[in-house]
Amino acid sequence: MTTVNLHLQQVKEQTAESMEEMWVNMGPQHPSTHGVLRLLIKLDGEVVRECIPYMGYMHRCHEKIGENRAYVQIIPYTDRLDYLASMYNNWAYCLACERLMGIQIPERAEYLRVLIGELQRIASHLIWLGTFGLDLGNFTLFMWCFREREMILDLFEAVSGQRLNYSFMRIGGLALDVPEGWLGDVKAFLQWFKPRLPEYDRLSTDNIIWQKRIQGVGILTPEDAVSYACSGPVLRGSGIRWDLRKNDPYGIYDRFEFDIPVGTSGDVWDRFWVRRQEMDQSVRIVEQALTEIPPGPVLAPVAKKLRAPVGDIYSRVESPRGELGDYIVADGSEKPYRYKVRAPTFVNLSALPVMLPGYLVADAVAVLGSVDIVLCEVDR
Amino acid sequence: MPQIREELVARFYALFEGWGIPWIVPRLVVMLVVVSIIILFISVSAMFLIWWERKISAHIQARFGPMRVGGWHGWAQSIADGVKLLLKEDIIPTQADRPVFILAPMVVFAAALAAYVVIPFGPGLIVEDLNIGILYFIAISSLTVLGIIMAGWGSNNKYAALGALRSAAQAVSYEVPLVVSLIGPVLLVGSLSTTKIVEAQRYLWFIVLQPLAFLTYFTCAVAETNRLPFDIPEAESELVAGFHVEYSGMRFAIFFLAEYANMFTVCAIATTVFLGGWRGPLLPPWLWFLLKTYFLLFVMIWLRWTLARVRVDQLMNVAWKILLPLAFANLGITGLLVWVFS
Repeated sequence: MTTVNLHLQQVKEQTAESMEEMWVNMGPQHPSTHGVLRLLIKLDGEVVRECIPYMGYMHRCHEKIGENRAYVQIIPYTDRLDYLASMYNNWAYCLACERLMGIQIPERAEYLRVLIGELQRIASHLIWLGTFGLDLGNFTLFMWCFREREMILDLFEAVSGQRLNYSFMRIGGLALDVPEGWLGDVKAFLQWFKPRLPEYDRLSTDNIIWQKRIQGVGILTPEDAVSYACSGPVLRGSGIRWDLRKNDPYGIYDRFEFDIPVGTSGDVWDRFWVRRQEMDQSVRIVEQALTEIPPGPVLAPVAKKLRAPVGDIYSRVESPRGELGDYIVADGSEKPYRYKVRAPTFVNLSALPVMLPGYLVADAVAVLGSVDIVLCEVDR
Repeated sequence: MPQIREELVARFYALFEGWGIPWIVPRLVVMLVVVSIIILFISVSAMFLIWWERKISAHIQARFGPMRVGGWHGWAQSIADGVKLLLKEDIIPTQADRPVFILAPMVVFAAALAAYVVIPFGPGLIVEDLNIGILYFIAISSLTVLGIIMAGWGSNNKYAALGALRSAAQAVSYEVPLVVSLIGPVLLVGSLSTTKIVEAQRYLWFIVLQPLAFLTYFTCAVAETNRLPFDIPEAESELVAGFHVEYSGMRFAIFFLAEYANMFTVCAIATTVFLGGWRGPLLPPWLWFLLKTYFLLFVMIWLRWTLARVRVDQLMNVAWKILLPLAFANLGITGLLVWVFS
């Protein structure tokens, strides 16, 4: 008997005991689970008593596939992890390989990675803000956020030819240099984007209904956040100043000036506000990168056939959703012996059962939205 | 106009009596004609409203909305959608309570239909000028809830049941301030007849005398029609679609139609009671009436596409802790002033 069936049996026994409480299946086909996530929720009227997330509907053996591919061949697979921040998955994987093989990448590539990475963070947070708006019933925010995200996708399409799964980074740098005039396009985008942020605020932050809906809901205490190993905006929303760009700098993040927004009480509002402010900070970083970016090559001279020396490496980056880590064990061949991805959303999602009990169904949707999950990354 | 109409109807009756046909037949024919006109009006106005809402929402969201069907700005989109829904397979879930499931949309639509009886579109342009018009509207508009609960119960689905329960709670809460806020203007006029209320606003619209009542009424009206920010019973992101989650095809279309018909009704009553009904210079009365009503409808649509949804407990708080005291305060002050000045 599978665990799910076993659990369902328990559920049936429990429901026989008390008729006031009802088990409801939220998902896998539900508009607010952001993909194929199934939440088994025990409801007492409208109040959530218990929540059990079931994951794995999207399991694709990502890590096992990785063991059967050459190092370079894994890059396109990493695109499919967190498809809303593909650049970051590329970056995390390439960074791990570079550290493993001791490759130094050119200056221009470092700058472009930061620039593209922060644009990707903005795009990812935009999609999050939009879908969070949908969760709360604000449809207009969704369309507005998508409008600006579309512009970032246009920029990425110009450099990589793709709109979602870029496969743009390589071990040793970038696949290509950016086209001529592209940096000017980024500047123009920022010109357009900066006044848009207060516009979003008018629909969301400043709106009393929006505030009342998410303040004091789904509280995750700092202790819980740490013990569940949460990362990214979920951790920072709980008031812990932990950002790998500052705490464990990779790339050239130590050269840029930016703040790490943190929350105070760890409720949905704090997680929302942290992400909202991170967009401002990303804009700051992109602006700095634009002024300092040097000319030069974008790909270090690396061998066609890459072999890593025997050893292992755990390397992590701060993706829009938290600590995205790649663990690679190399046995000296051209394929990794073991390849493991630490998916931030998987870890953050496991803290959901702590956040939900005691709140209403409507809050369950808001809390789930505030965790910002991407099921492709959760299930891998 | 009313004289002409009554004369026509009387002649019609006399004609049939002359032919020796039982008296019930011409009356039934007249009734049928009136009902057909109402249904036609509801359908056309609901279709227009759906298209209009899609256009407004699209422009709020930096889109175009329907642009293809029919040529000019997709004007025929609603008709195409209606035809599509009518041609769909009629699905009734096997676990559903069949008679209740089938009856539910009819009850909802019948309630929406019946409310049109007391809407004065112009002097004499009213189906039946009941002397208890406002009371009738209040009574009929709460019937909709019955249909919604039937739909939720009959679907035999947890989400639908939750939606129906929420709807019952919401309707009970919002009926009260709605009724109380309508009593203020009624006190000023001294009549429940909708025509009399419009006639009493010859010099001054009641929105000037009763701004508080208008605000509470309009807020409750938005809640009554299950529109955002009060669309708790069909909250898409939580309950998928709430009470009509199991409905498809024609039955769904009827729910949809009824929702828009109800929107029109509550806005028409708001126009009648607070915005001077059909009164206005230059343009014909019925046009004035429609203009005012559609302005209120525009406000409703505007609210829907800019606000987030409130939570179910907040909804109750707003109704009982804010709207009801406000409505009662308005009623008390109005009563006192009427008593002092009369």
